[in-house]
Amino acid sequence: MATLIQSGPAEHEVSLSGPGAQTTGSPAERFTSREPEAFEVPSSRDEVWRFSPVDRLRPFFEVFEPDGVIQADNTVPDGAHVDVVEPSSTAAFGRALEPADRVSALAMANATRGLHVRVDANAELSEPIVLVRKGISGRSYGHHVVEVGANARATLVLDHVGEIQIAANMEIVVGEGAQLSIVAINDCEPGSIQLSSYAAMVGRDATYRHINVSLGGDIVRIVPTVRFSGRGGRAELLGLSFAGPGQHFETRLFVDHGEPDCSSDVLYKNALEGENARTVWIGDVRIRPEATGTQTFELNRNLVLTDGARTDSVPNLEIETGEILRAGHASASGRFDDLQLFYLQSRGIPADEARRLVVRGFFAEVVNRIGVPQVQDRLLAAIEDELMRAGT
Amino acid sequence: MSTLQVRDLRVSVEDTEILKGVDLTVSSGETHALMGPNGSGKSTLAYSIAGHPKYTVTGGTVTLDGEDVLSMKIDERARAGLFLAMQYPVEVPGVSTSNFLRTAVTAIRGEAPKLRTWVKDVNAAMAELDIESSFSERGVNEGFSGGEKKRYEILQLALLKPKIAILDETDSGLDVDALRTVSRGVNSARESTDLGVLLITHYPRILQYIRPDVVHVFYHGRIVETGGAELADRIEAEGYVRFGEPKEAVS
Repeated sequence: MATLIQSGPAEHEVSLSGPGAQTTGSPAERFTSREPEAFEVPSSRDEVWRFSPVDRLRPFFEVFEPDGVIQADNTVPDGAHVDVVEPSSTAAFGRALEPADRVSALAMANATRGLHVRVDANAELSEPIVLVRKGISGRSYGHHVVEVGANARATLVLDHVGEIQIAANMEIVVGEGAQLSIVAINDCEPGSIQLSSYAAMVGRDATYRHINVSLGGDIVRIVPTVRFSGRGGRAELLGLSFAGPGQHFETRLFVDHGEPDCSSDVLYKNALEGENARTVWIGDVRIRPEATGTQTFELNRNLVLTDGARTDSVPNLEIETGEILRAGHASASGRFDDLQLFYLQSRGIPADEARRLVVRGFFAEVVNRIGVPQVQDRLLAAIEDELMRAGT
Repeated sequence: MSTLQVRDLRVSVEDTEILKGVDLTVSSGETHALMGPNGSGKSTLAYSIAGHPKYTVTGGTVTLDGEDVLSMKIDERARAGLFLAMQYPVEVPGVSTSNFLRTAVTAIRGEAPKLRTWVKDVNAAMAELDIESSFSERGVNEGFSGGEKKRYEILQLALLKPKIAILDETDSGLDVDALRTVSRGVNSARESTDLGVLLITHYPRILQYIRPDVVHVFYHGRIVETGGAELADRIEAEGYVRFGEPKEAVS
């Protein structure tokens, strides 16, 4: 599965791509714009939408009048501040995000309210900031800005539940030497659609962790991107999803190494069960000529539990300098390993329980790295529920 | 007192007959060695008794204390008292050995073991097999060396306390020290639980540490000779040539 593309520097400068440019999916040709009309209306021929159920997403492709009702419940520890603001009024607006698709650009242009989350410089939060968003009805835009001051340490949990239809961006600016973990849990009701971009700008010697968990809702399509604003930054992108019948969970991530001595580590695991369960994982990593001393590794594993499910996995690594420490990726999709099941059963463990053990074990590697105990416990319980529901 | 009885067992893999009528009876407290060259069908016998789906039984019977083993599911066979120590134990990533052992013993006994005595039992069995305590946190067989995997099989044997255990090439890939350790574990299980053992090997070496009561020679899918421990000594000296196996090059 490994593909390694060596391309010359600046041959495919992103700004050269005009409106409606046909890109090939190469990270170096990634087109971005704040102008929604710079993007064609998405179709299944469009590289960045070709794995998505575009017909079901059509209402998000044109400007709409937001009528969404979302209940908020915020837990904000000392050292952190959460305000509702006009997004474009914040100084950090547009610092981290360069919209990479029409929906993200529409959200940026049309979200009139959003959260401004700030963590004071040098603050070490005693507990996570927890933002629960419970969708009640309607369709929304969102554009949130997160700023973490220098040398602060913070964890932000975003918990999406209820009925949500949203196109949203979150811009994240991580200050020098700061450490930020974001855990986004997508566990909405059937009928929900979430199209979310998470764009991080990671400062010198800062650490940014983004953990995405998709369990509920009809469609969850996330676009996590990471750029670095100084030397020595670290990014860790983790993902876990369990797609049931008819659910579409998609991740298109992009790590753009443009500074020296930065590292990125990507691990996504998906399980699929039931008719038309679907996961898509696109992992783009670009190492620009300036990004000497880069270390990057990405891994995607997909476990297909039943017939009728489909998973796609496309890792893509472009290296434009030879002066790197390490770069690699791996991807594997498969069914249950019969040998594993035989081994467990031969120890007296019934077949259904053996399958549950294997699935739990499959996810354990990601769950154990989340580092937020209350989230880990909840996830284990949610995985248990999915397994019981699936009757595996 | 338990008895595993195999009668005229015939087994095919993808339409090729591997076992061509096997007769064998192993009872509690007995140790039978089943010896034969590579490819003679020894492992097929082991996996067929354990219920591996790759093997199709085309004739004959297998019973444990009169119960029809062949009609049981894989896990039911284990709960009935059969155990297979595998030649190539399987890695199950992310499932901790401690969780696995507790799940297995709960399934076998029909109830969860009492936590305090269980931890004590596990630690004692691990100490006897020179298994480090850090094993408990590792995934089942995940990243284990060959020797560690074999010791881990015998640890399961000690904790699950089956009636009849089949040890498939448990000696393969072990150095002398590891062979001694593993043999000590098997002997200890024999003494403490009156275990019946079917020991499959193609090297007589392990029989110096685990003395068999009966030795069978397995060749081309059936047992061709049965004798006492002295039969193993003869094979040690002569190899399998007199059963038709071509002579190996003189080394």
